[in-house]
Amino acid sequence: MGWLCSNSRGPDNVAYSKHDHERFPTLRRAAITCQAARMSDASAVHASRTELRPGEIASVVHADRGGSFALVFAGRLDAAGVAGLWTETLKAASGAKERALLFDLSGVAVCDTAGATLLVAAEKAHGGRATLEGASETMAALIARVRTALEEPPQGKSASGAVRLFPLLLSGFAAAANGIAFLGEAVVAIILAPRRLRMLRPVDILGAADQAGVRAMPLIILLGFLIGLILAFQSAIPLRSFGAVIFVANLVAIGLFRELGPLLAAVILSGRTASAFAAEIGTMKVNEEVDALATMGLDPMTMLVLPRLLAAVLVMPMLTIGLELAGLAGMTVVLNLFGYPVSAVVAQVQGAATIGDFVGGLVKALCFAAVVAAIGCSRGLSTGRGPRAVGISTTAAVVGGIVATILLDGLFALIFYRLGI
Amino acid sequence: MSEGSRGVVVRAEGVAQRFGSRTIFHEVSFTVAEKEVFVILGGSGCGKSTLMKQLIGLLAPSSGSIEVLGHDMVRDKASVLPHIGVMFQSGALFGSMTLIENVMLPLEIYTRLRPPARESVARTKLGLVGLGAAAGLLPAEISGGMAKRAGIARALALDPPLLFLDEPGAGLDPITSAGLDALILDLRDALGVTFVVVTHELSSIMAIADRCIMLDREAQGLIAEGRPERLKAESTNPIVHAFFHREVL
Repeated sequence: MGWLCSNSRGPDNVAYSKHDHERFPTLRRAAITCQAARMSDASAVHASRTELRPGEIASVVHADRGGSFALVFAGRLDAAGVAGLWTETLKAASGAKERALLFDLSGVAVCDTAGATLLVAAEKAHGGRATLEGASETMAALIARVRTALEEPPQGKSASGAVRLFPLLLSGFAAAANGIAFLGEAVVAIILAPRRLRMLRPVDILGAADQAGVRAMPLIILLGFLIGLILAFQSAIPLRSFGAVIFVANLVAIGLFRELGPLLAAVILSGRTASAFAAEIGTMKVNEEVDALATMGLDPMTMLVLPRLLAAVLVMPMLTIGLELAGLAGMTVVLNLFGYPVSAVVAQVQGAATIGDFVGGLVKALCFAAVVAAIGCSRGLSTGRGPRAVGISTTAAVVGGIVATILLDGLFALIFYRLGI
Repeated sequence: MSEGSRGVVVRAEGVAQRFGSRTIFHEVSFTVAEKEVFVILGGSGCGKSTLMKQLIGLLAPSSGSIEVLGHDMVRDKASVLPHIGVMFQSGALFGSMTLIENVMLPLEIYTRLRPPARESVARTKLGLVGLGAAAGLLPAEISGGMAKRAGIARALALDPPLLFLDEPGAGLDPITSAGLDALILDLRDALGVTFVVVTHELSSIMAIADRCIMLDREAQGLIAEGRPERLKAESTNPIVHAFFHREVL
């Protein structure tokens, strides 16, 4: 007979986790006795101790019993006890495949499902069912139950070769298809909106406008002011060498009207509003509220998407203008510090920026708003199941909104260049 | 467990719960014995779930004492929690984890089992509740009944001697609900687990309860205690009678 599990550290040198101490207070005072003493017939080679209570140390030794390979267990075979026996037991069982397996459980004080799982795992490693010796009726019944419990084959999520090879490509196609379908449904909803005016409730539009516009305005103004201030200051330093500080007004005004105003407003709309749209509609989807609307004959596109789209498009010019004016104010503060009066700055801005710059920026902003809001709503409606799905949709709405805004901005740059605007 | 409380796994003495000036219940006293299926029942709003929260340490009683496995649930909650399992009404599975990962979580935290061993033990628990084949699925991909069974498997992860189940049959069809009842009795018989079950499903109560207590909103406390068959047959309290005979008061 030989000990299977090694313990080269002494009785007082057993490594116990913090949780073991919390779960088993008796551990602290465990004056662990050597299990070998209880098994005088065993020609012990080395011992293992993983258990916690005196006299209940989990251990396993192997022996020959009439041609069978016997694993002699003792102590408490529970989750804490079997932790240190697991690997060695399976190794021993799998190394004796040519012989019959026998479990001697006469020395086992307690065996719970974790212990029974170890025994069944050992049987599996061995490749055949073991004979139980010294097992109480309850223990034998528990082992039988665990055998049955582990018989059920796990349901693999078998992915086809194509799915394994091209997951990104497929998800990209799926997202594109969803986007096209959403666009089509939105267009249909807009066309049919005059016939469904009762579904298009003003309170929903105003609520969404309040959320997307009024509540976003302080952030827009703060951001615009700081951007104008920083941009003006950073530009003024090099331009001062050329005595051209007043041209900072041209740079900032044109930059804000044509580019930064609509772009930053759209980024804020993505981060603040599209995410809220996705989370709101996504939660409704998870709670089957969207299905409830559909079963009531109410079109979710008209009830949920159109009010948000309309609200975003309505508030976006205000957000853009707010950001631009705040940016100009920030710039004016810097130019004042450089000695230019407000009237000079205003005159410079009037001379530099044209109405085309301003209107062009607003047109861009409107398009950004429609796309960002549509992406937010679309991600909300395509939310999967479970609480995690809402988070995924929200993230996708923000990322999608920002990426789409930048792509559209590039497209507008090209169009404006071609048109000479 | 102390000598005096041998065989008793839960002891509630004069427990009360008040929210501001509103009293939910008061002077609730009972004991739960080892390997018993003990049911807390009563109509809606009587405080069943509040009492359950007190028993599992989520809510400290306004007055009175609760002892679970020989420890006071207010002063010594930390030493009790690893030894009890709780299944919440919805299963309360972690949505981002598969069923087997849900069951493996307590094993990872409280034991030194290595990952393959943890997985085997978790697979056993899922097999015990008949979900061995669904181990790799996410909670969002399973039915309500499966989620409850998975909740029981997770509660069983550390082989606790005491399991609390909140409305195990709520929202389930009668066959699934009966299956859960059978599972509770089966686990009690096979693993020697004590169950404290909160429910108002009459068929479940009659099927599984060894003993029960009944709370009432009007009485703001306990109105009956005993074996359900006895209460059904002998109780003279009109509310208890109406409850067990499905009558309108």
